[in-house]
Amino acid sequence: MADEKLRVAMFWGAACGGCDVALLDIHEHILDVIEVADIIFWPCAMDFKFKDVEAMPDEHLDLTFYNGAIRNSENEHIAKLLRQKSKLMAAFGSCSHMGGIPGLGNFHDRKSIFETAYLNTKSTHNPDKVFPRTEFEVPEGKLTLPEIYDTVKTLNQTVPVDYFIPGCPPNPEQIWIVIQAVASGKLPPKGSTVGASDKALCDECPRKKTELKFKQFKRRHLVHPDPEVCFMEQGIVCLGAATRAGCGWRCIQSNMPCRGCYGPLPNARDQGAKMLTAIASHIDSEDPEEVERILDTLPDPAGYFYRFGLPLSLLHRRQRRNA
Amino acid sequence: MSFEPKIVGFLCNWCSYTGADLAGTSRMKYLPNVRVVRIMCSGRLDPTFVMKAFSQGADAVLVAGCHPGDCHYQNGNMKTLRRIPLLRRTLAQLGIEPERLRLEWVSASEGERYQSVVNEFVEQVRKLGPLNLELDPSVERAAG
Repeated sequence: MADEKLRVAMFWGAACGGCDVALLDIHEHILDVIEVADIIFWPCAMDFKFKDVEAMPDEHLDLTFYNGAIRNSENEHIAKLLRQKSKLMAAFGSCSHMGGIPGLGNFHDRKSIFETAYLNTKSTHNPDKVFPRTEFEVPEGKLTLPEIYDTVKTLNQTVPVDYFIPGCPPNPEQIWIVIQAVASGKLPPKGSTVGASDKALCDECPRKKTELKFKQFKRRHLVHPDPEVCFMEQGIVCLGAATRAGCGWRCIQSNMPCRGCYGPLPNARDQGAKMLTAIASHIDSEDPEEVERILDTLPDPAGYFYRFGLPLSLLHRRQRRNA
Repeated sequence: MSFEPKIVGFLCNWCSYTGADLAGTSRMKYLPNVRVVRIMCSGRLDPTFVMKAFSQGADAVLVAGCHPGDCHYQNGNMKTLRRIPLLRRTLAQLGIEPERLRLEWVSASEGERYQSVVNEFVEQVRKLGPLNLELDPSVERAAG
């Protein structure tokens, strides 16, 4: 590939667009990227059509960055298509790595989400109970929309993925390191997580730590935390103990606790279960009733522990037992 | 055919496993639904073990350790006492009835207590019915 430029694609599935912006946040390095790579497909930034991708020969693309989770038929179709057309497939960002914020949809299902979005929210006026349909006949012909699924999946639960780049969004400095590795051909073995550290965020965190004991949990928006002291010691749930470092502790520096977007540590199967253990062991009581009272001050524990990773977790979704 | 619950039991080496052993050597009869895994201390129980048991077909999980104050490692069981309530709350949010996870204290001399705990729990889970998780087999490959 010495004389030939790399052929790169970037696509968004169920995502917010923040990952596409993060790729631009490498600033003038984007010009260096253009030196070594041709961007063949990037719907967020330039005008491309799906049929252009469909017309490519297999493995035409050297590398695809796929950001976003898989939650509808279009996300799935393009993921499969790009996998077929790409030599390497990278899950870019928390949503494609482990479900991300759209993955919180796995606490619900399509029916309840539609009812909330199209009927029950205060600002909705929908007396005829109109819901989105996948097909609709108009005089000009048939209009179609992708089908939304009940369960959000990660990219790797849909097609085989070669590399994982965690983060919501990935840290631009880490993105640049990954791009350099791709350009020089010095890539780690397939299946690796790249652009992140193998240590926990707690390990790198500069805040003062002395002794950890919970008498009460506090919610971040109701207190003014001391910017020098460990969040957990101030009663605020911080996922740094169960989360990979590599993000450059941007949240910690902005006096916000870690929400866990870099995902589980190597060899930890379930990030939420690990965080649960770390927190519960430090509750300052040996009386079961008092433990329950202290836990009452921690609303929505599953939402804290699986904020970015519910689809990747061992149970994947809320189980609909009596549905 | 009646429903036979599959229960995974995590028993601490020093008290509850020995208690279960006593029930056996004393030839006490109890229901055979609990598959026992011996762990060194109930405090060794990573919540991942419980999630994994559920995700791989257990209908319920029994955790048993030394009585509070009797831990071989001084306070390992105290960590369990704090973890199980939080794990129950988390499981409830994930749609698994908290009653499917039970914590009991069984000492090495309490063979009879182990017998009654198991019999009672099996009947309770039988009433709850099978867990029948909706897990897509393609997703386990994807741990990343």
